[in-house]
Amino acid sequence: MSNPRSMRHEILPSGIAGAALGTVERAVPADEPPPLPVNAALDVIGKRLPRLDARAKVTGAARYTVDVKLPGMLFARVLRSPYPHALVTAVKIEEAARHPGVKAVHVVSERGGAEVQTIRYVGAPIATVAATTRAAADEALALIEVSYEPLPFSVDMDEARQPGAPPVFEFAAEAPAADATRSPNLWGPSKDAFAGSDRGDIEKGFAEAAVIVEGAFRTQVQTHCCLEPHAVVADWRTDGLTVYISTQAVIGVRDELAEAFSLPPHKVRVICEFMGGGFGSKLAAGDYSRFAVELSRKAGAPVALSFDRREEQVAAGNRPATWQRLRLGARRDGTLTAISILAYGTAGIANGAGVGNIAQNLYTCANFAMTQYDVMTNAGPGCAMRAPGNVQGAFALEQLIDELAERLALNPIALRDRIDPNLARREERRRGAARVGWAKRHAPGADLGPIKRGIGMAQSFWPGIVDLDSRCEIRIGRDGSVELRSGVQDIGTGTRTVLGQVVAEELGLRLQDVAVQIGDTDFPPGPSSGGSKVTGSITPAARNAACKALRALFAVAGPKLGVASGELAAKHGRIFPRGAPARGLAFREAAALLEDDVRIVSGRAEDYGGFRLAREGSGLAVADLGGVQFAAVAVDTETGMVRVERIVAVHDCGRPINPMLVESQIHGGVLMGLSYALFENRVMDRNGGHMLNADLDQYKLAGPTDTPEIEVLLLENYHGRSSTDACGVAEPATIATAAAIANAVYNAIGVRIRSLPMNPRAVLAALGRIPALRWAL
Amino acid sequence: MRNDYKHDRRDDPPARAVALQLRVNGEERTLSTEPRMTLAEALRGPLGLTGTKIACNRGACSACTVWLDGEPVCACMILAIDVGRRAVTTIEGLSEGEALHPIQEAFIAHDAMQCGFCTPGLVMSAAALLARDPHPTRDAIKAALSGHFCRCGSYPKVFEAILAAASPE
Repeated sequence: MSNPRSMRHEILPSGIAGAALGTVERAVPADEPPPLPVNAALDVIGKRLPRLDARAKVTGAARYTVDVKLPGMLFARVLRSPYPHALVTAVKIEEAARHPGVKAVHVVSERGGAEVQTIRYVGAPIATVAATTRAAADEALALIEVSYEPLPFSVDMDEARQPGAPPVFEFAAEAPAADATRSPNLWGPSKDAFAGSDRGDIEKGFAEAAVIVEGAFRTQVQTHCCLEPHAVVADWRTDGLTVYISTQAVIGVRDELAEAFSLPPHKVRVICEFMGGGFGSKLAAGDYSRFAVELSRKAGAPVALSFDRREEQVAAGNRPATWQRLRLGARRDGTLTAISILAYGTAGIANGAGVGNIAQNLYTCANFAMTQYDVMTNAGPGCAMRAPGNVQGAFALEQLIDELAERLALNPIALRDRIDPNLARREERRRGAARVGWAKRHAPGADLGPIKRGIGMAQSFWPGIVDLDSRCEIRIGRDGSVELRSGVQDIGTGTRTVLGQVVAEELGLRLQDVAVQIGDTDFPPGPSSGGSKVTGSITPAARNAACKALRALFAVAGPKLGVASGELAAKHGRIFPRGAPARGLAFREAAALLEDDVRIVSGRAEDYGGFRLAREGSGLAVADLGGVQFAAVAVDTETGMVRVERIVAVHDCGRPINPMLVESQIHGGVLMGLSYALFENRVMDRNGGHMLNADLDQYKLAGPTDTPEIEVLLLENYHGRSSTDACGVAEPATIATAAAIANAVYNAIGVRIRSLPMNPRAVLAALGRIPALRWAL
Repeated sequence: MRNDYKHDRRDDPPARAVALQLRVNGEERTLSTEPRMTLAEALRGPLGLTGTKIACNRGACSACTVWLDGEPVCACMILAIDVGRRAVTTIEGLSEGEALHPIQEAFIAHDAMQCGFCTPGLVMSAAALLARDPHPTRDAIKAALSGHFCRCGSYPKVFEAILAAASPE
């Protein structure tokens, strides 16, 4: 896209603080704020400040969707299929409708218009009921009579991808025709790894290789396990629809519901004040929010619908299971000549189980080829989950890179120094290795006793994604109050707080002087909370709006102080002529000079100096966000227990706005990765199609006693790419963890574990102490 | 499906509300509840104390932790009618007016939260721990919090907060 606006040239900080900090000249749109100096020169940005909403969260005052109560509100529950694959031939709701508490019943297939509904997983919705209490709604569900004709099914990826497997979809337009040699459940191959596709000449690349390493890897299904369930309250009125929803995307939910119910978007208001975890599973409106709206419309009352824990586990999304065969070719010096991947993944009845993004992008390699298939199975749909595909892909890639290093007799860090072009990761390897004591790392399996210790490392790749349609409004009241409003939501990462810090810095105020109102579609649009893009997208808009609002304040303060408004500065709660703070006014006094409250809406520049990459959609990749993690483990070779003793997580996220909150997020990424590496596993009954551990006790999550010492080393890495130069960190923080633990386990026991989770069964099987696992790699 | 989604209650007698008196956060509260209502549901529903969260509803995640006579319990695992005269303390009753409990101040200072949904339960367990062991070791803290799940991964900063509250600088 060409940019017709006038540009100016600016010198911005560039590089890594404490390592290679310099400057860069950029062409910057003329109406952008002046360059922001490095964090050391700032008062509020870069400081470890408590969250704006911390008090609300520790006192129980924070209101989540499940806490919303409206007058006359009804409670909805969903009747779900007990069969993994069936035709629903009749749904009798009359008796349920006569239940005294019931105010509305909605049969799911009604809106589709189809007479017969096909059910494709256990937990698929059949009908839903709104009643005066949740218990009454449950009673009414028991009164619905459903006639099913069960069909053959498969919940097992290996089985479902064989020719002759029962088809999950009878008519799959996306799937090539099945025949005697090809399963009807095989979709693809897909080349989509969200950037580019194959490159170079893969045959030539392997022919040039002096060394080829190859391995098959398997990863399990992980579920999101948000503590707040998927929840919605829909209030349908003749003058418009209001929806409270636990979501990562209020704007997206508004647009989806407006379209589904043929309403103009401005008649739909979506609100999410606090939300209790999403991790990718709350990016879309989902079927449940449509049910709540439908029921509210029928009942003429607000309807609350929230999932129970079983529904969370079977019908709210998951990280797909994968099988990957990865092959690397390299010269003697370690230079990669070829990377190829064959992958199968299953997201149940959904697609999108690809893993190739990280292998495609992390290392310099001229020749890359990827063949990825989605395998349909009769299980709940997968969806985005924190670094989709990359966590699975890293588990394979980073283990195989370590194998390559061993074959070449290179230190894994030295090999990566040769093939990884990213300067931030180079510095991260250096700092992390020093902190973890990499130099003292012993040979694989060198410990003599039954408990063997090891150290490993792995890296992440994640693109810096920006949503250009990111806007904020700043209001400065004549009473001196300051408020920021934006549609962006805070999913627990601290968005509310970092927005406040950016505004406070610009206006020379304290964080607590800024009120931040977000999570409401009545405010200017903000990005969805996905792809680690929020901070990079919305903080420049906040700064730009604050800068423009401040100019309006300067315009009234200048004449009062007898200086040109361009000569004023704002700092420490005062407006004053540059260099003469004593001559100034308190911020509040300046605001009182305003004729009217200032209200300014601003977006953000789409470009600083030609970095924009041509991409489909609104996103652009400005950077390869780095991340290197080191793990120290102890493996009990008699019990098979792996204990992670220590993680050193070294990360960069552009300019960190609040290092304390960044640390929190990195802790979260590490713990989710550790939990994935060692414990989590959706277990399906192959004969009945049910998830056997659809809860939070048999579905194993890492808890407080599994939490290792986690040391976060955070780089300030300036790119000169926007008015705040900030990026996100949520996804990079979880990509490398499982791979780093796997490499540490290898270093401990001298045997590679190529499947997840690395639980006692997998470890003892790898050590040859019990028979191998059922499936072959 | 086995009775997971569908428990046939057609033969059950109709639920009947009973009057109940509970001692909650130092106040006598009267409510009308069906006998099947859990303490967590009673707190969040008729009593309007939504700071207590329900996440798993079967005693596996501890998000709903409250105190009964000062002992932390999962409020989802006890029926409201079984509480009797025991004193119920919820997150709303931990602070005294505007003055927060020291552990709440420490959670704020150390960012011992992310989305915050599990935080009230963690705060209640942490405060109970400090009441019985004013100077817990890191291992004692981990043991006291085992059974709590925080999917955002706030545990390291929760440990820091508790250690800081135990020995104020």
